[in-house]
Amino acid sequence: MIELKNLTKVFKAGGKEVKALDSINLSVPEGSIYGVIGSSGAGKSTLIRCVNLLERPSSGQVVVDGQDLTTLTEKGLRQARHNIGMIFQHFNLLSSRTVYQNIALPLELAGASKDEIETAVSPLLELTGLQDKRDSYPSQLSGGQKQRVAIARALASKPKVLLCDEATSALDPQTTRSILALLKDINRELKITVLIITHEMDVVKTICDRVAILSYGQLIEENEVEAFFLNPQTDLAREFVRSAIHEKPVAEVESRYQPEPSEGSRPVVRITFVGQGVVDPLITRAAKQFGTDFVILQADIETVQGKSMGFLMVEILGEESEVEASMKFLKENVQLEVVGYVS
Amino acid sequence: MSADSWLLLGKALWETIYMTAVSGGLSFLFGIPLGVLLYITKPGRIKENPALNSVLGAIVNATRSVPFIILLVAIIPLTRLLVGTSIGTTAAIVPLTLAAIPFVARIAEGAINEVPSGLVEAAQSMGATPLQIVSRVLLPEARPGLINGMTITLVTLVSYSAMAGAIGGGGLGDLGIRYGYQRFDGVIMLATVVILIVLVQLIQSAGDRLQNYYDRTR
Repeated sequence: MIELKNLTKVFKAGGKEVKALDSINLSVPEGSIYGVIGSSGAGKSTLIRCVNLLERPSSGQVVVDGQDLTTLTEKGLRQARHNIGMIFQHFNLLSSRTVYQNIALPLELAGASKDEIETAVSPLLELTGLQDKRDSYPSQLSGGQKQRVAIARALASKPKVLLCDEATSALDPQTTRSILALLKDINRELKITVLIITHEMDVVKTICDRVAILSYGQLIEENEVEAFFLNPQTDLAREFVRSAIHEKPVAEVESRYQPEPSEGSRPVVRITFVGQGVVDPLITRAAKQFGTDFVILQADIETVQGKSMGFLMVEILGEESEVEASMKFLKENVQLEVVGYVS
Repeated sequence: MSADSWLLLGKALWETIYMTAVSGGLSFLFGIPLGVLLYITKPGRIKENPALNSVLGAIVNATRSVPFIILLVAIIPLTRLLVGTSIGTTAAIVPLTLAAIPFVARIAEGAINEVPSGLVEAAQSMGATPLQIVSRVLLPEARPGLINGMTITLVTLVSYSAMAGAIGGGGLGDLGIRYGYQRFDGVIMLATVVILIVLVQLIQSAGDRLQNYYDRTR
């Protein structure tokens, strides 16, 4: 539904050229929820703003619903934008308009009649749970309600694509969850393709089907979300996954940490379980079978794409051969990675 | 005070209101679009045109630099061309309007500047034309600021109109100078000042009320 081909954006600042986006190739399948994650300054916002040409790329193509937007005239582009809804971190609602009037704005701009507007806006108020806020002004709403208005407004012109630029970054965790649930509903019920830009791994974990990592203007990794969590390829990806599972070193162990094994050191491993692995008693089985002991340093179970995924950090104690054997046993059943040694 | 004095005050009050209202209205009519133009032609804005922007900016600044009392007499030929005469209350409206237009333009530009740029972006993402962005987003969102600016303009015009006496424009200021200062009539002088104070208070409180009515950010 969205194809970015060799997308490059160069900003000129004070005689210096800065490449905000460097030959990005990205393809968002129809009906999916696609996440682009990156640290601040990675070029995320520039990327999403290129999709509806709020930012004109220096080179490359932006194809949305089979139409190359970069070749369109001003008028053609405005027409194409009716097909692309967008929501923002700071909502960008008109303070002088009521909830109803805000949602009606894109329809007014397209020249819809009063009746057409009424028929289109009422179901959107219902979808976003704003029926009783119809005549309120944005200043009377909470952050979550404002983003709901913005979502309803973005959907008013019945777009095929919804762009979300850090849409939950200004919201508290609970509100974030409810907004993400709403986006998921919209994706499923209205079959709208969603492209999400975020710096929060939780967002990707909760609703995205696929994810791409943007770093210094380049796409460095792209995968299905589940595979991404199981097997991140780049350091940055591993860091994002660790942030999502809230992994942090245990103070008592950290001071004894070493990257290489030495005489009498014990391995610390990260074990990732998916699906059935989460409920199978693998650790106790290994302990019984090989006589090894396990010190649990960290444990977490997350829901990724509706599936449970367990993350466990353990220190394995025992004779070298026993430790080897139990690691081999675990590797046959789950993802296991040696992250270091303690002595 | 004699009945004559009351008559004089009444006439002068009417002249002040007439000059302020007409030049105020005309300056909003021309000044607000000029302010919009100044805003949208700035680099990076919806109709960026740096050349036009600097030319307009320079004209606005030049007009604002001329002291009003000089502008009053300097544009006498233009005044004569527009209203057929260079003296009288109606003639005074021309320089008052001309002085107020750039003032209103800068105030309007400032009020529109206060509209978050994100709103313009949101409108663009919905496929709004530049004209729609101005009429549906910038002006409605800047309305409280614009009303505040109009109030300031009207109050300024009341005091500028006092100088209109220089070209026979009449008004309260003129009455105060001619009777109060030149004929040592302290009572008339005091009366004109009191009326001016009341007039300005009324304009200000009406403006504040209107601004509050339209301000939905609170």
